Amino acid sequence: MTRFKLFIPLIIFMLVGAFFYSTMGRISEGDYDPQALPSALLNKPLPHFALPKLENDQHLVQPKDLLGEIALINVWATWCPSCHIEHPYLNHLAKKLDVVIYGVNYKDENKEALRWLKNKGNPYRFNIVDAQGKLGLDLGVTGAPETYVIDHRGFVRMRHQGPMSGAVWTQKFLPLIERLQQEQAAHSQQEPSKG
Amino acid sequence: MLPEYGHFALILALVLALLQASLPLIGALTGNRALMATARSLAAGQFVFISLSFIVLCALFMQSDFSVVLVARHSNTLLPDIFKFSAVWGNHEGSLLLWVWILSLWSVAVALFSRQLPLDMVARVLSVMGMISIGFLLFSLLTSNPFARQLFNVPAEGADLNPLLQDFGLVIHPPMLYVGYVGFSVAFAFAIAALSSGRLDTAWARWSRPWTNIAWAFLTVGIALGSWWAYYELGWGGWWFWDPVENASFMPWIIGTALIHSLAATEKRGVFNSWTVLLAIIAFSLSLLGTFLVRSGVLTSVHSFAADPERGMFILIFLFLVVGGSLTLYALRAPTVASRSHFAWLSREFFLLINNVLLLVAMLTVLFGTLFPLLMDAMGMGKYSVGPPYFNAVFVPIMALLFVFMGIGPSARWKKTSALYLRGQLLTAALVSVACGLLFPLLLGESYSVAAALAVCFSLWLILSMVVDIREKTRNAVNLVAGLKRLTRAYYGMVLGHVGMAICALGVCLTSQYSVERDLRMQPGDIAEMAGYQFEFKGSKKIQGPNYAGERGLINVLQNGELIAELKPEKRRYFAQQGQVMTEADIDAGLMRDLYVAMGEPLANDAWAVRLHYKPFVRWMWLGGLIMAFGAVLAALDKRYRLKATANNKRAADSAAALSIG
Repeated sequence: MTRFKLFIPLIIFMLVGAFFYSTMGRISEGDYDPQALPSALLNKPLPHFALPKLENDQHLVQPKDLLGEIALINVWATWCPSCHIEHPYLNHLAKKLDVVIYGVNYKDENKEALRWLKNKGNPYRFNIVDAQGKLGLDLGVTGAPETYVIDHRGFVRMRHQGPMSGAVWTQKFLPLIERLQQEQAAHSQQEPSKG
Repeated sequence: MLPEYGHFALILALVLALLQASLPLIGALTGNRALMATARSLAAGQFVFISLSFIVLCALFMQSDFSVVLVARHSNTLLPDIFKFSAVWGNHEGSLLLWVWILSLWSVAVALFSRQLPLDMVARVLSVMGMISIGFLLFSLLTSNPFARQLFNVPAEGADLNPLLQDFGLVIHPPMLYVGYVGFSVAFAFAIAALSSGRLDTAWARWSRPWTNIAWAFLTVGIALGSWWAYYELGWGGWWFWDPVENASFMPWIIGTALIHSLAATEKRGVFNSWTVLLAIIAFSLSLLGTFLVRSGVLTSVHSFAADPERGMFILIFLFLVVGGSLTLYALRAPTVASRSHFAWLSREFFLLINNVLLLVAMLTVLFGTLFPLLMDAMGMGKYSVGPPYFNAVFVPIMALLFVFMGIGPSARWKKTSALYLRGQLLTAALVSVACGLLFPLLLGESYSVAAALAVCFSLWLILSMVVDIREKTRNAVNLVAGLKRLTRAYYGMVLGHVGMAICALGVCLTSQYSVERDLRMQPGDIAEMAGYQFEFKGSKKIQGPNYAGERGLINVLQNGELIAELKPEKRRYFAQQGQVMTEADIDAGLMRDLYVAMGEPLANDAWAVRLHYKPFVRWMWLGGLIMAFGAVLAALDKRYRLKATANNKRAADSAAALSIG
């Protein structure tokens, strides 16, 4: 029996090893992609940043400037092909459905970004210039476009990789946003003075 | 031809490793002394050929030979020489070669400094190290050949080294870390040799101790360097991220710490024999696990090398063979008879046992946090990422508890200590540290920080308990100096280890509590006030580096109207690597505080977004690390490891005689 106890480390190791083996198998079969983690910030407040506004670079945008409403944060760039595809739908969301969208202009040239907005329409309340990709790094951006949902407290509630579209909006975003609206309503009832 | 020579030398080293793994072991099993004696020369030979191979790779990088794929991908003619050199290990293939080279360095060190060891022990130890070497040489040659060539379309210019890695800290951080990691292979090899020969006595513990100490010291310095590098190079003042790869180096460190203490108990009192062997196996297994996690791509991390499932599978199989094999050997051969020596509840043995349990739990919490995202995904529970809140919440309380016992342990005596004696020794120290801890936040901050009070209380307790112990140990001497002279290096090593730990903990906790940071838009002439310092932005100018261009800001720091520092943070755009932009922070370093300035984004009218940090006590954590490491080296140099040599020679002769009879 005493001898048996000495086998415990081996058994534990074998279990851990088998687990690694199955993970390797799942990676090679494409069932598991370690890169596809959700934003590390899920259900956490926005990371700290102080970055210039695209429209007026005298003004430094900070997380507190994005609080108060349920909003989308859309990471985009003029060099990104899928951003061209999703742009009309973002315009539609902002103009027809009154969705608040903040843009993060990711690793881009200010001049070209402004020209793009002039030519294609501007769905954004304002844009944050993330020329070095520091904010993107903190958000966990792997490539543009990406869209985040934040609640009225500025907590990140969802991350979507890839272009926005009608299907994505109704299937993925709308249910969450409706829930968040209920949350917010409940929250403001609890604190009427602040509401 | 040069790359082929390097490749060929590596293949020859593999042949020698095969011989080193087999011949001495056969000799030890059959009692053939000639075969046992081959171990030392084979280790030396292997070292020569791996060194050759490594030197060739360095030369290829220095010459910018872009026909070698690795050089073309990770170097550039514009790179300063020192970074061409460090580019050798700034990638998977080269760092693996460094790994193997350091293993051969440790092997040759064992071969050289093992005169006091019985020959059959040397044979077994070097044979185990040869087996490990086979695995890594095969790994390098079969899946990650650093000398692979592209003979057609040789690029005219290389892709350049990641700018993050173009830094002095990164020149020395990986080698230090690897020396530590790989150094645990020595303790591992001793443990396996002791298990396989059935001589699991106090002797193997004494042989292992200096090696384990040195490896642990390097690992400590390596981790401290990594943290220091992240602090000044990443540009936002963070120094530890609980990133999977950091954890991968931290887990062997924790178990190594447990091993050092457990070895002490095994050597001095002959207790915890099986446990110590198990720790030696776990420490090295965790080093291998770290290698697997970093190079297989199962976890995401900023550190990861380009991941490749084939490589991952190779290391996994190797991991199964080494760890599975050694744990099987452990299960079959570890002694089950209880140790002959007994100890009471209150005794130094008992406190060392608590130390071991707490450190093991600490390691398991780190391991759990690191693997949690993998586990949850495998069970279909969704995607997770585990961040600092988890680690801080579970790790800090365990450490606090550990500190309490760390203070008592050294004062406790082997076998049995009376509670009354311990109270008499330590009560004053406990009261003083609690009082000082409670008062400290009042002196420093406007708002009372409970965390800072606890940190000061626990750290001071640790330091005072050492003072008490030194006073007790020198009580019988004529005077204090004479008493201090009589204390051994091993003892001073222990004191430094504990005091270093206290200083490190103080640095970590106080800088977390009292750091101030501000993000500002600053125009030339603007003055910002923070933590009693005035930061005046004088403007910025264009600069030109060897492989980058950029802007350098000038910020004068004043205190009470007096200029105390001129800080010149930089923003660099590197030519290669698609013009990657880097923030070079500038720091006015001090023992009590760092002032840390980093440039953010350029704004209109020569203004910049500037980030200012005030970081009190931040240096203490690295200073503490260095003190700990120094303590470990000092203990390893203790006279008794050499004085025993003559006694061991006799024992060696005895055991050889016994072997030839048996």
